[in-house]
Amino acid sequence: MSDTRTAESTPPPPAEDPQQRDRGGALAFLVSHQSGVVIVVALVISLLVGAALIRYQGVDPFYAYTTLFKEAFQNDAYTRTLQKTAPLVLTGLAVVLPLRVGLFNIGGQGQFATGAIAGAWVAYAAGGAGWLGALLGMLAGLATGALVGVLVGVLKSWRGVHEVISTIMLNYIVAGVTFWLVVGPLQAESSKTSGIPQTEAIPESSQLGAVGGVPIGFLVAVVLAVACWWMLTRTTLGFKLNTVGANKSAAGYAGISISTITVLSLALGAGLAGLGGALEAEGTLFRFEPAIVGTLGFDGITIALLARANPLATIPAAFLVGILRTGAAGLQFATQTPDLPSGITPEIVDVLLAVILLMVSIPVLGKWLFRSRAAKVSVASTSWGS
Amino acid sequence: MAWVQKNRTTLAIAVAVLVASYVFYYAKNDIAPSMFGAAWGYAIPLVLAALVGVIGERSGVVNIGIEGQMLLAAFAGFFGAAYSGSIIVGILAGIGTGLIAGGFLAWTTVRWRMDQIIAGVVLNIIATGITSFYLKSGQTLPGVIPNVDIPLLKEIPLIGETFFAGRSAIALVAIVAVVVVHLALFHTRWGLRTRAVGEYPSAADTAGINVERLRIVNVTLAGSLAGLAGVYLSMDASSSFERGITAGRGFLALAIMIMGAWRPLRAFVMALFFGFVNAIASQLQQSGLGQGEGTGFFHGIVGAITAPQILGTLPYVATLVVLALAAGRVRGPAAAGQPYVKKDQ
Repeated sequence: MSDTRTAESTPPPPAEDPQQRDRGGALAFLVSHQSGVVIVVALVISLLVGAALIRYQGVDPFYAYTTLFKEAFQNDAYTRTLQKTAPLVLTGLAVVLPLRVGLFNIGGQGQFATGAIAGAWVAYAAGGAGWLGALLGMLAGLATGALVGVLVGVLKSWRGVHEVISTIMLNYIVAGVTFWLVVGPLQAESSKTSGIPQTEAIPESSQLGAVGGVPIGFLVAVVLAVACWWMLTRTTLGFKLNTVGANKSAAGYAGISISTITVLSLALGAGLAGLGGALEAEGTLFRFEPAIVGTLGFDGITIALLARANPLATIPAAFLVGILRTGAAGLQFATQTPDLPSGITPEIVDVLLAVILLMVSIPVLGKWLFRSRAAKVSVASTSWGS
Repeated sequence: MAWVQKNRTTLAIAVAVLVASYVFYYAKNDIAPSMFGAAWGYAIPLVLAALVGVIGERSGVVNIGIEGQMLLAAFAGFFGAAYSGSIIVGILAGIGTGLIAGGFLAWTTVRWRMDQIIAGVVLNIIATGITSFYLKSGQTLPGVIPNVDIPLLKEIPLIGETFFAGRSAIALVAIVAVVVVHLALFHTRWGLRTRAVGEYPSAADTAGINVERLRIVNVTLAGSLAGLAGVYLSMDASSSFERGITAGRGFLALAIMIMGAWRPLRAFVMALFFGFVNAIASQLQQSGLGQGEGTGFFHGIVGAITAPQILGTLPYVATLVVLALAAGRVRGPAAAGQPYVKKDQ
C-alpha cells in the first residue's frame, strides 16, 4: 500500500520546459510560480472574508485594514513587527524541517515555552554577563527545545508513538511544568508579592536590543532560515532528510538510518522553536511569563504550510503573520466605540489565518486557478501510521 | 468458548481491574464513589470523541480535527441555548455543528484529497479562531441537561452508582453509542464495508462499494458524536463556554483510540482508565499533598511531583507512557491517512 501512496501523493516533478522559461514576462513568471499565485489569491479571499466580519461588527473594513497596517509600520512600530516576526520564523522552521521528513510537529507551542523559560532563566542566572549571558540563554533555549524534540523522535522511532499525539501531550505537560516553575522554584521575588507568575528580569546588559531598528533576534532568525535552506538543498544531511520524506523504503535500502533522521529532524525543529522562545524572552518581556507563549507555537504551523515547507519562504510568511498580530493589537484600541466596547478583537487574525490556511492547503484552489496544471501545485503532505 | 480463548489476556485484565475496583470501593467507601463518579464524568466526552476517531479511521480517514469539532459544537451548543433560551435548541445546534464540521473534513479529505492531517489541523485552527472571535462573556444557560436514573440497573453497587444513577442523558447516550458502534462495526453489512474501505479500498471498490461515498457519509455522521461531546463540555460538565474548553480532549481521544486498538469497547475501557487517572490527580490535589512545610531533597521531590500544576499534567503523562507501551503492539486500519484514487482516473 505504501508504494501506491507515495506514487499518488508525490507526483514526479514535471520536466522544466526550456521554452517557457525563455519567454519571460510577468505572465510566464506567474505561471511558473503557481504556488505563489495561490497564496496571493488565498490572502485576498481571507481579507475579503475578514472585511465581511469587520463590517458585521459595524466598522468600515477599509478603515480597519489601513489602521492595522499603520499600527504595524507607523513610526517605530516596524521594529515591534520585526520583533514579533523573529520567533515566528523559528516556530515556522520547527514545523518545516520535520515536515520534509513527513513528520508533523505540532508541538511548537511546548517547545517554544521550554526554550523561553530556559533562555530567560539562564540569561538571568548568568548575572549581567552581557552578550555572553544573552548567548548562553539562546543556547539554553536551543538545547532544552531540542531535548523535547529528541523525546518525541525517540518515542516515534523506537515505540511507534505518533508525533502528532506525543507533541500535543507534551504541549500540555510543558505548560503545567513551566507554570509550576514560575510559581515555585523559579518565581521572582517581586512576583511573590504581586501574584503575577513570572521569573526574575534578565539584566539589561544581556537583553537583546535592536541594531538600527532591526531587532537582533530577527537577524538571528533570518540567518537560521537561510542556513536551513542551505542545509536542505546543499548538504548530504539535507539530501537524507528529503529522501526519507519522499520515500521511506527507498531511503532505508539506500542505507539511510530512518530512526536517526527522524530523531534528528525533530530535534533540529524543536531546537529552533526553543531558540525562538529564548529570543522572545530575551528580546521583549526580558523574563518568562506563561502568557509570553501566546499562539506563537501554533502560528508556526500556519507559517510552515503557507511557506510550503520551504525554509526561505518562512521569512515572508512569518512577516505576514507578524504584521497581522502586531497590527491587530492596535486595531482593537482604534475601533473601540460605545457601540462596540471591545473593539475589533485581535482574534480576527486567527480567523484570517484560518481562511488562508484552508485556501493554501486544499488542492482545489490550485485546480480552479490552473485547470490543466493542477498537478504542478504541490501541497505538503504528512504521514499517519507509518 | 473460542472467544474466551482468543481474548484471555484482555479478559484477565478486565476481571483484575473489576476486582480491584470493588475492593477499593468497599475499602474506601468515603472517597471511592465520588472518585468513580468523577472518573466517568471526565471520560464521557473522551468516549464519544474516541468513537469519532474509530469510525473515521476504520473508514480510512484520520480525524485530527476532533478537537476542533468538539470546540465548535461546545460553542454552538452553549450560545445556541443561551440566545434561544432553550436547552434543546442548544443541543441540536451543537450536534448540527459537529455534523457540519465532520462534513467539512470528509469533503476536503475524500473529495478534494487534501492531506488528512493538515485538514484536521486546519479545522482545529478555524475552530479556535472563530470561537475566540465571537466569544461573548456573561451569557448563561437557560437550564440544565436533565439527569436520568435507570431503574434496577442503578441498584448494582459501584457500576449502577457510577453509570446509571443520576447521570446526565448524554452519559447514557455515550454508553449506548459504544454498544451500537461496536455491534454495527463487527456484526452488520455496514461495518464489514466500512472496515473493508479502511483496510483495502481498491478491493472494496472492486467488490462494488462506493469508497468515496461511504467515507464521506461515515466521517460526517461521526461528527454528530463529536458534537455531542462538545455539548457535554459546555452545557453539562461546566455550564459555561471558555476559550479552549476542550483542553486537548480531542487528541487524548485519538490516543485512547490507538490504545483501544481501534475497537469501541476497548476504547471505552481506556477512556475510563484516563478518567480514573484524572480522578486520582484531583483527589491528590484536594488532599493538599505537597503543600506541607519541610526541607530536604526528598521532600523537595515529593513536593514537586504533588504540586497541583504538575498533578494536572498526569493524564497527559499517562497518555505518553501508555502509548509508549502499547502503540507498537497494535496495528491500525491499513488505509487510514491515504486518499483513495481510482486507478482509471
